[in-house]
Amino acid sequence: MSEMAPIKPLVEVRDLTMHFDIHAGILRRKVGAVKAVDGLSFDIMEGETLGLVGESGCGKSTTGRAILRLYDPTAGSVRIGGVDVASLGSADLRRARPQMQMIFQDPQASLNPRMTVGSIIAEPLREHSDMDRAARDVRVRELMDAVGLNRAFASRYPHEFSGGQRQRIGIARALALNPRFIVCDEPIAALDVSIQAQVVNLLEDLQRDLGLTYLFISHDLSMVRHLANRVAVMYLGKIVELAPRDALYSDPRHPYTEALLSAVPVADPVVEATRQQIILQGDVPSPANPPKGCNFCTRCPKVMPVCHEVSPVFVEHMPGRFAACHLIDEEKDASVLRENKNDNVQQGETQ
Amino acid sequence: MRDTIAPLLDVAQLKTVFHTRSGAVHAVNSVSFSVAPGELVGVVGESGSGKSVTMMSLMNLLPRSAEIVGGEVLFEGRDVRAMNRAELLRLRGRDVGFVFQDPMTSLNPVFTVGRQITERLRKHMNMSKAEAKMRAAELLSLVGISDAARRLQDYPHQFSGGMRQRVVIAIALACDPKLLIADEPTTALDVTIQAQIIALVRDLRQKLDMGIVWITHDLGVVAGIADRVIVMYAGQIVEQGPVRELFARPQHPYTRALLETLPSVTGARSERLRTIEGQPPSLGGAPDRCPFAPRCAHTFGRCLTENPQRIEVGGGHDVACWWDPQTGEMRHV
Repeated sequence: MSEMAPIKPLVEVRDLTMHFDIHAGILRRKVGAVKAVDGLSFDIMEGETLGLVGESGCGKSTTGRAILRLYDPTAGSVRIGGVDVASLGSADLRRARPQMQMIFQDPQASLNPRMTVGSIIAEPLREHSDMDRAARDVRVRELMDAVGLNRAFASRYPHEFSGGQRQRIGIARALALNPRFIVCDEPIAALDVSIQAQVVNLLEDLQRDLGLTYLFISHDLSMVRHLANRVAVMYLGKIVELAPRDALYSDPRHPYTEALLSAVPVADPVVEATRQQIILQGDVPSPANPPKGCNFCTRCPKVMPVCHEVSPVFVEHMPGRFAACHLIDEEKDASVLRENKNDNVQQGETQ
Repeated sequence: MRDTIAPLLDVAQLKTVFHTRSGAVHAVNSVSFSVAPGELVGVVGESGSGKSVTMMSLMNLLPRSAEIVGGEVLFEGRDVRAMNRAELLRLRGRDVGFVFQDPMTSLNPVFTVGRQITERLRKHMNMSKAEAKMRAAELLSLVGISDAARRLQDYPHQFSGGMRQRVVIAIALACDPKLLIADEPTTALDVTIQAQIIALVRDLRQKLDMGIVWITHDLGVVAGIADRVIVMYAGQIVEQGPVRELFARPQHPYTRALLETLPSVTGARSERLRTIEGQPPSLGGAPDRCPFAPRCAHTFGRCLTENPQRIEVGGGHDVACWWDPQTGEMRHV
């Protein structure tokens, strides 16, 4: 699967911006905005898994929700299968909903405790299809088989299931309408290690069998390395780096990606005893009041004067590799200089 | 070498039962371990494995529905279960420090951070107000909070998550405890902040000679900081050993499976994750067989009729399992 080059983008996000206004005072006047998502542009290819990683508060969940139009974005466009869902009217949006679905982090909170598992899974069918009851029942059983739930449990309630099984119910519901694109928002974060692997394998099987495209949002860098074809790293509302998985993990180019990877503990005491870790100082600034220049300049170990002044541009610095960092611009300038110099030297020799 | 030092904490055959409407739940079942002065013991296990209840049982911090039905807890040779209320309060307040998962719930939101630190110093160390204040500022700078004297006047909500956990650690360290019990102290924190806290604890261990019990579900964290590791499953210790030995030669099928299922950010990447099928057992029934048997790939008939005792496999490493990973046969015991 990962060997196959993804052909064309299914999801095209351009300048996606999601600001939440802050109101204060008796008149509830607008006094500022939380820049939760600040101008993201990226594609998700048909059939691929794009991992979206970052720490809490970096805007990764907001990105997922804005893409599915669970929020009305402040600016930007989101084309899914060629249709800009960010600007659709409510009737057209409703018709577009079946192809894009979401799996939530907390299966406890996202399943109605008063509905049976069967009716939870059938709810999207009732809303969006004209299936009759018998057809729905058949489809619910199919879905329960697909996610590895015992069909006999269709009349039980969510609280009778364990966390991993509840997540399977959430997955079955997301699959009910044959979506093409699913946003998985931290789907395994609430599960124990031994159960995580079961759910991850299920997601992979379903992707292979049904040709699904995933946006996999997670703070778990190890699991994203396992699942994703490409990975985007977010910091304070912006994507700082986006690259194919192996390139990103073996050769991170943005200092934040580097620090983030280095902070993940390795389950090997021998490695842990010797490896050099980059420990970032301080905390993430508030997205209501991001620093001037680069968002990462307050914590960056490689910070330069320019970083406090100018916000770096998110560019494709190598085919398929994107980053927003002044260091990369510098490197590029340096290599251009080097090339020029070499040219000069060669010219000198020939003369 | 550790064996020659008298242990700081010695727990033997500890059993804790929760009385629920649907009967007894055997949350901690015959747990025995010790912590030497200055040693960091990592306790790993999934939710419901009994790691937190074990630590709560040690200091008698259990809810009403729970009861310690057997076993012995010795702190510096003194029997904790036989202590009266005053002795227990002194033990918890002074000799043992606690750090819990969520710093916001361990701090009182309506008092300044300074007051929460000085409270303990005044009560247990008989310090004057001025002395306590100075010591509190020292403690905050010890845990890496800059401008400490001024920040004593701040309330918990004025600190970020990572800084709050530092405050909780400062409070735990206030009375120079001999033992620090940290229950998932970095689980609620982001990975870069977790790295800061781990670096802090490594640093503090050099400065202060205290025993630490570090409870976590993250094998990576344990690999980085522990001297010794205890693996718990379904209320029991299934494996225990020095950190390098245990990671190099895991013996119990559960430990081995956990290490195999774990993806990593480095090294080879597997195309498919190994899974441990099934769920952890409910702890309702009497623990009269191996709790891992229903999920284990190496079950013998004996595993279903008898709960294996911990067997020493050399180098201070022991395992509660009859399956021998070297031979694939049953151990001769």
